[in-house]
Amino acid sequence: MALDVNGTSYEVDEEGYLANLNDWNPDVAAALAAADDAELTDAHWEVINFLREYYEEYQIAPAVRVLTKAIGKKLGKDKGNSKYLYELFPYGPAKQACKYAGLPKPTGCV
Amino acid sequence: MSDTKKFVYINRKAPYGTVYALESLEVVLIGAAFEQEVQLVFVDDGVYQLTKGQDTDGIGMKNFSKTYSALGDYDVNQIYVDEQSLKDRGLTMDDLQELTYEDEDDDWAEKSSMKLVNREQLADLISDADVLLNF
Repeated sequence: MALDVNGTSYEVDEEGYLANLNDWNPDVAAALAAADDAELTDAHWEVINFLREYYEEYQIAPAVRVLTKAIGKKLGKDKGNSKYLYELFPYGPAKQACKYAGLPKPTGCV
Repeated sequence: MSDTKKFVYINRKAPYGTVYALESLEVVLIGAAFEQEVQLVFVDDGVYQLTKGQDTDGIGMKNFSKTYSALGDYDVNQIYVDEQSLKDRGLTMDDLQELTYEDEDDDWAEKSSMKLVNREQLADLISDADVLLNF
């Protein structure tokens, strides 16, 4: 499968996750979101950027429990809860946000 | 929680060349969601899994050594390294990554997750386990 962004074609898997981590850029993220009829706001970008930094440091996408705790620490308690994250990413914060961040689907993630 | 069990994961093999090390790490990370008591043991060539400065460029495999430092975030903070295995390979704790966790009950102070154990302590760890997983 492929995703077309501004005339460039990017390989994605059957669930729409980017096949190659290095293909990612903000336009690709927006296109991945658009494929799910979602629009990325600044609040979404905070989480997406956080996930990319986390992956860069640890080479994994964090489990949702770990993500929630870490977001709370970095962006403030009002954002470090599953209600806030599920409002942003209704398909599951780790799963959906990782997709837009161009990361592999989290291992054993809900 | 009354039904918490003690899970001991024994890691015996070098990080690359077989899938054991990575598989073990993934099982640990997934299993962490179940909030059980988890202890990781590194013994024999398994101590190489924690060495600093791993570089996998030449073998075309993902360098997952950075992932061990995420264990603290997953509340996996009991990591035991066999002293004799280090000694047999000319290694010391200084050759290994320093894995830490933040202690929620102590104002999030950063503490070491690693403990050096001798064979007797290792035997006790193993006999105290409810679930023993060998990799």
